Amino acid sequence: MIRNIYSKLQWKIIVLTLLVTFTPLLLLGVIIYRQFADMYTEKIKEQIRFRAESRADAVDLFLTERTAILGVIADTDSLLAMNEEADLAHKLTIMNQRAGAFVDLGIIDQNGQQTAYVGPYNLKGKNYYEQPWFGQVMSKGVYISDVYLGFRQAPHFIIAVRRQEQQKNWILRATIDPDIFSRIVQLGHIGKTGDAFLVNREGLLQTKPRFTGNILEPGPVNPVHFGKQTMSFEQTGSDQRQTLFAGTWLKAKDWLLVISGDVEADMAELFATRNMQILIIGLGIIAIVATTVFTTRMMVNQLVQTGTRMKEMDAQLVQSDKLAALGKMAAGVAHEINNPLAVILQKTGWLQDLLEEEEFQKSANSEEFKNSVKKIEEHVERARKVVHNMLGYARRMEPRLEDVDVNQTINQTVDLLENFARGNNIDIQTDLAGNLPIIAGDQAQLQQVVLNLMNNAIDAIGKDGTISVKSTAGKSEIRLTIADSGPGIPESLQKKIFDPFFTTKSTGKGTGLGLWISYSIIEKMGGTLSLQSREGEGATFTITLPIVQPAKK
Amino acid sequence: MQEPNILVVDDEGDFLETLMNRLKKRKIATAGCSSGEEALRLVKETPFDVVVLDIKMPGGMDGIQALREIKKIRPEAEVILLTGHASLETSMEGMQLGAYDYLLKPIKLEDLLEKLAQALERKGTAAHRAQSDAIRHLVKKT
Repeated sequence: MIRNIYSKLQWKIIVLTLLVTFTPLLLLGVIIYRQFADMYTEKIKEQIRFRAESRADAVDLFLTERTAILGVIADTDSLLAMNEEADLAHKLTIMNQRAGAFVDLGIIDQNGQQTAYVGPYNLKGKNYYEQPWFGQVMSKGVYISDVYLGFRQAPHFIIAVRRQEQQKNWILRATIDPDIFSRIVQLGHIGKTGDAFLVNREGLLQTKPRFTGNILEPGPVNPVHFGKQTMSFEQTGSDQRQTLFAGTWLKAKDWLLVISGDVEADMAELFATRNMQILIIGLGIIAIVATTVFTTRMMVNQLVQTGTRMKEMDAQLVQSDKLAALGKMAAGVAHEINNPLAVILQKTGWLQDLLEEEEFQKSANSEEFKNSVKKIEEHVERARKVVHNMLGYARRMEPRLEDVDVNQTINQTVDLLENFARGNNIDIQTDLAGNLPIIAGDQAQLQQVVLNLMNNAIDAIGKDGTISVKSTAGKSEIRLTIADSGPGIPESLQKKIFDPFFTTKSTGKGTGLGLWISYSIIEKMGGTLSLQSREGEGATFTITLPIVQPAKK
Repeated sequence: MQEPNILVVDDEGDFLETLMNRLKKRKIATAGCSSGEEALRLVKETPFDVVVLDIKMPGGMDGIQALREIKKIRPEAEVILLTGHASLETSMEGMQLGAYDYLLKPIKLEDLLEKLAQALERKGTAAHRAQSDAIRHLVKKT
């Protein structure tokens, strides 16, 4: 019951402490993490947007530079000169030396006929009139095409400029190396898993991404989502991977430059931080739980101990109170009984005196009278003994202060009982400390106690057994134990054993006052008398006596 | 031989009467009374050798007060206290006030005689010693 209350208390303290500790800890952890994550994500997005913008600028520069070169070449030579394929080839070489990435160069007249061509494909004489880009160049003057397959059946895009010469239009057209262009775009990628590519308005890839997808296949982003400003957003792919995209429209061409980053890879550091945080919080929680449980256990144990001690003290107090009250009552009762006993004793004495006289001697019942009177006297004596015992064996009730040699007291008592014990095959063993100090007390009363306890031990054993008497000196007290190998004292009787008139001996044999008197004697000497016993394992009475220096003489 | 002068004071009439009868039967003449006041009056009149005094006498003067007064009037008188309850304090007080000894009730006659003998012996004179011996002789006979 009590255990249960303490156990409940313990859990209450633990739960409450943990609740109060964990709530702010976890809250703080989550908030800090969220803030950090937000900042970190924002930083990554900003970085990727910045990357997209700067790459877009580079690609724009690439395209405008090449457009400009084409324009300059178209403007500086006439169609006639241009149609010289050797010259055209020379021009291609110079263009590649100065800028690079040009695959071929061709001249197309206003009817769409390619009149001159230098490059790896055999495209001279092809007519481009039906090609969508042809019309665009003719109308706009300068045109960068989307990637398409064309006659060569390989994805590519062209830059074309129109020149008006003597009311005739012709077109200088160059194909840009898609590999080089792709690589230039790809330079914008971030990290190991990042990518950079271009898509057109329809979302078709215009450059080859680093990892998945090919030119002219639909790209992973929908360009509709991207406005004038550079934008970034997250998208979950089919493989459940979070990808961060940033896109910015080129100025030179309606292409969207997209930089992509694997969120997990980019956030690896953040995740590492998060994991570290979780680990630290986890370890913290374990430590807090362990400490809380440990300290609470310790505290509750302390409480249990204090409680037990207090209960013991209470029990002792109750016992002392009880004995004190009984002592007072006993004194009163003793007086009330002793006075009539005194009268009875005198009257029987008087009867005996009279029975001595001759006239009674002659009576036939003289012996009967004498016997009866004697019996009365005997029983008065018995009653007197009970009353006197109740007030202490000796006439003196209060202990007298004198020098007490505890070992000597024990030895004297053992001498007294040894013969009787031996007769019952009871072995009395003594183990006495040699360094016992002489204390102030009442030797006769102490002897009475020891005698009483040893008598009880002998009675308890009956025949065949051992009594061990031991004395030890502590710092502030002398401890004396008397242990018997008797049947022990049942727990139910242990509480009553020091009560007056409590006896297990047959009527007339024991007054039930021995232990009570012993208890009060030891208590008056400032010590304690206690019993440790278990049924079947004998009984041990322990006396402690405070070491009080005897008065100097 | 001169008889010893002994006074027994006890408020319990039955006790006093019987004790006196028994002492008389043993040729020890005693005076008796049942209160402290009466005892003082008697002590003033007679130089008792020994006074046997009950401590607890309800109403009026108790044994201790009587003892104090007796010792004032006749310091040489030996007082043996009788007490029915074993209060050490009162007995001790009695001893400090000059009582010779105390006996716990119920008393055996032999014990009282022994105490009387001791008390008489203590007085030291030859007469008293003879009285003491006579009483001791009685004890042996009983």
